[in-house]
Amino acid sequence: MKAVCWQGANEVRVESVPDPTILNPRDAIIKITSTAICGSDLHIYGGYIPTVQKGDIIGHEFMGEVVEVGREVNNLKIGVDAKRLLPGDRVVVPSTIGCGNCAYCQRDMWSLCDNSNPNSWLEEKLFGNVTSAIYGYSHLLGGYAGAQAEYIRVPFADVGVVKVPSDIPDEKLLFISDAIPTGYMGAELCDIQPGDTVAVWGSGAVGLFAMISAYMMGAEKVIAIDRFPERLEMAKKYAKAEVINYEEVNAGEALKEMTGGRGPDACIDAVGLEAHGVGLEDFYDQTKQKLKLESDRPHVLREMMVACRKGGTLAIMGVYGGFVDKIPLGAAFNKGLTFRMGQMHGQKYMHLLLQQILDGKLDPSFVVTHQLPLAEAAHGYHIFQQKKDNCVKVVLKP
Amino acid sequence: MTSTGDRTTKTTPEANEMERWASLIGGGAMVLTGLSQRSLKGVLTALAGGGLVYQGLTKQSTIQQAQEALGINKPIKVEKTVTINKPADELYRYWHNFEQLPTFMKHLQSVKVYDAKRSHWIAKAPLANNVEWDAEILEDRENEFISWASVEGADIDNSGFVRFKKAPGERGTEVKVVLEYNIPGGGISAALAKLFGEEPEQQIGDDLRRFKMLMEAGEIATTEGQPTGKR
Ligand SMILES: [Zn+2]
Ligand SMILES: [Zn+2]
Repeated sequence: MKAVCWQGANEVRVESVPDPTILNPRDAIIKITSTAICGSDLHIYGGYIPTVQKGDIIGHEFMGEVVEVGREVNNLKIGVDAKRLLPGDRVVVPSTIGCGNCAYCQRDMWSLCDNSNPNSWLEEKLFGNVTSAIYGYSHLLGGYAGAQAEYIRVPFADVGVVKVPSDIPDEKLLFISDAIPTGYMGAELCDIQPGDTVAVWGSGAVGLFAMISAYMMGAEKVIAIDRFPERLEMAKKYAKAEVINYEEVNAGEALKEMTGGRGPDACIDAVGLEAHGVGLEDFYDQTKQKLKLESDRPHVLREMMVACRKGGTLAIMGVYGGFVDKIPLGAAFNKGLTFRMGQMHGQKYMHLLLQQILDGKLDPSFVVTHQLPLAEAAHGYHIFQQKKDNCVKVVLKP
Repeated sequence: MTSTGDRTTKTTPEANEMERWASLIGGGAMVLTGLSQRSLKGVLTALAGGGLVYQGLTKQSTIQQAQEALGINKPIKVEKTVTINKPADELYRYWHNFEQLPTFMKHLQSVKVYDAKRSHWIAKAPLANNVEWDAEILEDRENEFISWASVEGADIDNSGFVRFKKAPGERGTEVKVVLEYNIPGGGISAALAKLFGEEPEQQIGDDLRRFKMLMEAGEIATTEGQPTGKR
């Protein structure tokens, strides 16, 4: 089959690789019909995620059709019409891999699964514990082959897919694999109260879905912070957000003005470790990251901590991988802020989000700006990273 | 209320030590550094021998015992604990069927059970002959504790125990493994490296992780045999 293989910083190539096979009794093989490039794939593309190796198949946002199931995939536990999973079934697959049986999966904290990462010792050493594996997202997080390919092996398929109806186009369903539940969880972590103002850093797909979700949960006002006018336009149009372009105005001061001097009640980071800032501080982070003295650029984190109202909540959904510098902990401590964060618990939210789409309450297809054949993945990565051609979301068609 | 000082001062230091051992192995946590000058096998044997024969456990005699039995080499000890979301009896049952251990212990090639006490173990040693030994169960408390030690003539003298203890709340069972290896005539680290790779602690940890996966998820997560591009 054809698959997108990482070659090194800023280079991917579509190569011919062997087809995946069933390796464990609870596996299924899925023929991929649509797969997206996620914003967090750009961290891999840029070479910022440790333990990605040359030749690794990347990608974690996908859907497709079941072509083969292992002998233990007989008791599908979630999804429309939950029953036996069969070849021919159409499914969306969450990006995080959960076993369904460990204490974390059973408490609906799927991205903290104990049992899906075969390289657990590595993560245990770095992070103190093991978390769930993620498709195509480094050997630290399991080393599973990713989804930007024609076929993929899905472990724990009995709990790891959601069945979807056949009469709805891919573009409406694909993002319940990753971007929508990530945004939704960001809003949920904020514990939004009626009347709250929620500020969202980053107006990519995750940020946009976080904004929409914040309104679903009762927010009165949502403020989007980004530097690309076309993204801020989308935030205005599809997520009814007020917007701040941080390259034009000081985001911190603007937020104060827009919230009566209080600061937002909750702040969501939908950017992660490659955040851009302005001025000296941005120069400091960029330099330290290039010299490998700091693994992540925490610009958004710092800005959120200072901007948030007293007693407010910060939800971090953008990916961080290692160590960050110059965190204003004094602000966070004295203001009594609450931090909540983590990889999204896909299996917890997918059913609910699918229902929203089936009920016509949510149509996520607006984020797709580019649809390319899988063979043009390298071009897709390039324009997404450089934000060329107003690129917000690339969907690859194997 | 008065302090409990009376009680502790009446007890001899040696007995204190013993009490500590007994409670350690029976239930509490164990810090391996505390074990550094003693033989695990000696302690396990004394515990299994029905009474806590405190003479046999004084610091002095244990060191002598260990030196006589094992030469002057310092034994290698490994300690690892994992929490498994299953009741203790289920885990104990699987473990107690020693012939099943190679399903998750990668360094083992096979285990053959002779009778209720004795079994024969073969471990893979890459680039060398396999390592073999006969082991004997020292103590066996159903659903709680199994300890064992190799008998005379083992390629690598070893002993250990596994303890199954209910975790607090609804958190399943804490499974703790402590192992100790002695190789007469030196070269311990080289021989162990052959058995377990460079880091025995990590290998045992991986074995326990695989045990947990097998017990909880019914399979051991793997990526071996999946496709990849050119490396
Ligand atoms: Zn993602
Ligand atoms: Zn799990």
